[in-house]
Amino acid sequence: MDLFIAIFQGIIVASTPLVLAAVGELVVEKSGVLNLGVEGMMIIGAVTSFIVTYETGSHFLGLIAAVISAGLIASLFGLLTQYLLSNQVATGLALTLFGLGLASLIGQTYSGISLNAFPVFDVYLLTEIPIIGSLLFNFDYLIYLSIIIVVSVYYFLNKTKLGLVLTAIGDSHDSAHSLGYSVKMVRSLAIIFGGSCAGLGGAYLSLVQTPMWVENMTAGRGWIALAIVVFAVWRPLWVLVGAYIFGGITIIQLHVQAVGVNIGAQYMSMMPYLVTIIVLVFISMNKNRLAVNAPNCLNKLFTSDL
Amino acid sequence: MQNILEIDGVSKSFSHIQANNDISLYLRQGQIHALLGENGAGKSTLVKIIYGIVKPDHGSMILNGKRYEPDTPEAARNEGIGMVFQHFSLFESLSVLDNIMLGQKGNLKKDSILERLDYLQNEYDLHIDVNKTVAILSAGEKQKVEIIRCLLQDPKIMILDEPTSVLNPSEVEKLFNFLRKLSEQGMAVLYISHKLHEIKELCDTSTILRNGKVVKSCDTAGITINELAQLMVGKAIDNKIKLSEPKQGHVLDIKNISYTNPDIYGTSLKEIKFSVNFGEIFGIGGISGNGQTELMKVLSGEVGLTDGNQILYQNEDISSLDINERRRREIVFIPEDRLGHSAVSSLSLTENLLLTNLWDHNFFSNGVIDTNYADDKTCEVIKKFNVQCNDAGSLASSLSGGNLQKFVVGREIIKMPKLVVCEQPTWGVDVGSASLIHNFLIEISNSGSTILVISQDMDELRSICHRIAIISNGVMSKPYDVNMITPEDIAIEMAK
Amino acid sequence: MFTLQKKDTIDQSSLYTVPLIAIGCSLIFVFILFLLIGKNPFLAIFIIFIEPLLSVFGLSELIVKATPLIIIALGLSIGFRAGVWNIGAEGQFTIGALFGGAAILAFYPTSGIWILPLSFFIAIGGGILWGMIPAFFKARFNTNEILVSLMLTYVAILFLSGMVYGPLKNPEGFNFPESRLFHDSGTLPIIFPGTRAHIGFLIALFLAGLMHYLLKRHKFGFHVKVSGESTRALVFSGRTANYMVYLSFIISGAFAGLAGVIEVSGPVGQLVPAIPVGYGFTAIIVAFLGRLNPFGIFFAGLLLALTYIGGEAAQIRLGLPNAITGVFQGVLLFSLLAAEAFTKYEVSLKKMR
Repeated sequence: MDLFIAIFQGIIVASTPLVLAAVGELVVEKSGVLNLGVEGMMIIGAVTSFIVTYETGSHFLGLIAAVISAGLIASLFGLLTQYLLSNQVATGLALTLFGLGLASLIGQTYSGISLNAFPVFDVYLLTEIPIIGSLLFNFDYLIYLSIIIVVSVYYFLNKTKLGLVLTAIGDSHDSAHSLGYSVKMVRSLAIIFGGSCAGLGGAYLSLVQTPMWVENMTAGRGWIALAIVVFAVWRPLWVLVGAYIFGGITIIQLHVQAVGVNIGAQYMSMMPYLVTIIVLVFISMNKNRLAVNAPNCLNKLFTSDL
Repeated sequence: MQNILEIDGVSKSFSHIQANNDISLYLRQGQIHALLGENGAGKSTLVKIIYGIVKPDHGSMILNGKRYEPDTPEAARNEGIGMVFQHFSLFESLSVLDNIMLGQKGNLKKDSILERLDYLQNEYDLHIDVNKTVAILSAGEKQKVEIIRCLLQDPKIMILDEPTSVLNPSEVEKLFNFLRKLSEQGMAVLYISHKLHEIKELCDTSTILRNGKVVKSCDTAGITINELAQLMVGKAIDNKIKLSEPKQGHVLDIKNISYTNPDIYGTSLKEIKFSVNFGEIFGIGGISGNGQTELMKVLSGEVGLTDGNQILYQNEDISSLDINERRRREIVFIPEDRLGHSAVSSLSLTENLLLTNLWDHNFFSNGVIDTNYADDKTCEVIKKFNVQCNDAGSLASSLSGGNLQKFVVGREIIKMPKLVVCEQPTWGVDVGSASLIHNFLIEISNSGSTILVISQDMDELRSICHRIAIISNGVMSKPYDVNMITPEDIAIEMAK
Repeated sequence: MFTLQKKDTIDQSSLYTVPLIAIGCSLIFVFILFLLIGKNPFLAIFIIFIEPLLSVFGLSELIVKATPLIIIALGLSIGFRAGVWNIGAEGQFTIGALFGGAAILAFYPTSGIWILPLSFFIAIGGGILWGMIPAFFKARFNTNEILVSLMLTYVAILFLSGMVYGPLKNPEGFNFPESRLFHDSGTLPIIFPGTRAHIGFLIALFLAGLMHYLLKRHKFGFHVKVSGESTRALVFSGRTANYMVYLSFIISGAFAGLAGVIEVSGPVGQLVPAIPVGYGFTAIIVAFLGRLNPFGIFFAGLLLALTYIGGEAAQIRLGLPNAITGVFQGVLLFSLLAAEAFTKYEVSLKKMR
């Protein structure tokens, strides 16, 4: 039982950065923009939150720093792709390369230092409930926040007018423009929101999961978050399912290694990446479902001249 | 009745082209006013000025007695101008209701919108299931959604841009009844079209544009269709070359084409059968989006067929051959879209010539392009088909639509092919180029080529074809002799 | 705010001006960055961008670093023109290094001039094989090639590591995770004695020339050109859309694989887990900076190689972190993408209403 609880908790902790980054990217993609810079925004969030937390001692300020810094470099992406009409794929890659470099640069002197543990969401009685207490009520508050963000995004996209506008812009930016909606503005806001979420995801890595700063610590999680959006077929609640599956694979793979199954560690570590590929292929096999849910304008250039 | 909109001396030019030159137009309450003109006459620029998309260089507009200078479409809508575009501004993957909601200002409650919808649907017979996804609607239904969205804003003036181009005859009749009812209730309607009989039937007054200028404003009742045509085109249309009779024997036998479109919103072809005789011009009419593009792709081999024995060409089964193998058999293809399909705008004319000649070893040795040969051939096409351009190195984008189309058509028929398969050969082309292209086609048909023309322009088909069939929903009608087909036949076949 | 309007014609001079503007902007950026971290910006820029060019050692190292960048970028440029995004060149490079290196090791200590060509052949095959995986899924199911090729990079790097820790480990190497050193028949000849500059650079130069010719005069180049503009026109000319997907991945996979074996049989001389150092990603910048033009790529490859060498020099001489190279490369790509807007579009200021 203890092992089960440990695995369960491990999965939730491993998945949360993916949940945060993926749900942010989902909103961006719903508006018709493909931002491949998730990895770069995550790592920027990770490094700034670590530094601010270390220097001020406040986890909260660290999180704020992650949200702002990742949001800022996301707005750079927004400026380039929306207003200077640059290629989204190339700009996203540039964002990733730039983010990884910049994070290593500013984080260099903080390598290897560890932080105090992140505060756990602690309501006396709830945590004391046997099993359920440790299964549901023994986490840091960011985990609950990540779920709240997912549910809010679901509500926003499906129940609010602005969410409808965002979806409509992703469906046809020309139609939205001719109805008088500000395509670039809405997209820029979505991009900044996506960046902030990715930044939070990165902060989770360096403040909660490890908690320390290690160069290139995102290790491809930003890319897996992109894959989760496809896995979820652009439906917010499915992001949770996708992220927990990927987190699960990572954790189970570690436990299998720990038990001492005689396969090279490297081959076990390939699992999350291989599973991502397999999932992507399976999802793309169902063309009709993709056609119904995928934003039509994803990665298409929008110029406002009619 | 008083003027609701007065347009006074409006001019607009884009770099070198004077799109609107001193245009004046008066629109009265309860009036259906036609704005008539050829492609490029300046209709759409004028409409964009009224709708706040384009700002005029000179001139003024008065709406309801007040100066009217809209900066944006939104401002125009707020002043009571409603617009139904030719190309719908709808969101395909959203529901009808969502589309309607998106057209409303502010955060209106769903219930109040539904209530008003109910009223509109009963009052104007605009019934439509609001929970359907727009992508699965027919073009006529999509237009209804546009109209409903427009009406919900309580416009005082409604502008419709070529609204019947996507409708079948019975839908056209319904639209006309609806517009008449609107005008009885006092709405002013600006109706943009180049279809003369429609204007004659529906509109009270007309303004005719040519080359950016008003050539005449008049009551429609006092003018004949022929007079309208003269005013619109300006000169008498060139006489067509006479078409000779086809010979016996089939060049092309379509046995039974069935093709399932992988795009769930696309049209699938169902059991299409027909034969085309030697030297015949065979027309396939129908409203666009009923399977024409799919049929074109299947005939050209751009889309492969899984079952064999569906397309017989001179008794050979070519169903499984790719497009270049078909070209090798002296068949040529001219698809509808010259921007990005039959031609590439950022390539030179020589490179565009190569596009359909990659199978021909005259142009290559060991895969290396013989540029001199290709340039010579390109110059030949330019000369023979009177393409206005600098030289063979000109980019396709530097040519006008008509000239590029002449090049695209010329590129193929200079080979004196046995079979030509073309789709909308004169789409978006000026009258002069269109009649030249028609004459090219008739000429090679007279000298023994066989031609299959797919077009939604029934007048075009009537003027150049021996026989015509109608395609609707991926199903093709029996062929009619061009002299026998009646408007009723067309209406019935299109509605199938 | 400002508005962009598409220009009718694209200035031919933009081929040179855009990269130069981008380089200028990036230099200004690092200049400010050095000021911020309290280093003399003039000295730092001199050490990074000028000094390596002043010594034989610096120049030879430039060639060594530029070789894989140029070769990989040449391959990538084909796909990028056609809108096929192979982001996994790093993985194909790694597999090329592994396959080629394993072939060389298999013949240890046999000598023969056929060993290198054979290992090149196997490495190219490995690169193609690795590239064919995303290509197949893209062609068959339209699976996103960006994500699949990228995931395969992680797999490839782990695979290399697994091999070097396992079957390919040097039996006399005290259990260190590295293969034995390649014997002479498995090592590339040096062009300038006393340096590490090897004939791989000549191969890169040759490939750039070949690519230039093919793109300009050959049917192949014509297809690449058309596919970059319109898939429908490509299909109309008689090639399927999947043709370009496969072709792009075959070429970029082959080139990356070749670069991999050149890297291990040249400067590295053995298989180690740290062979992939990001050339596959930097090559993306090289391809864009070179405007997807073979000779442009050649010069862009040299410039980015310079940032590697200069970055190392700055680390030793000024105690600047190595990451400065990555930052400069990222800023360079950003500036390039921004500068491009000014060649394709007319920028005009518009008053806010």
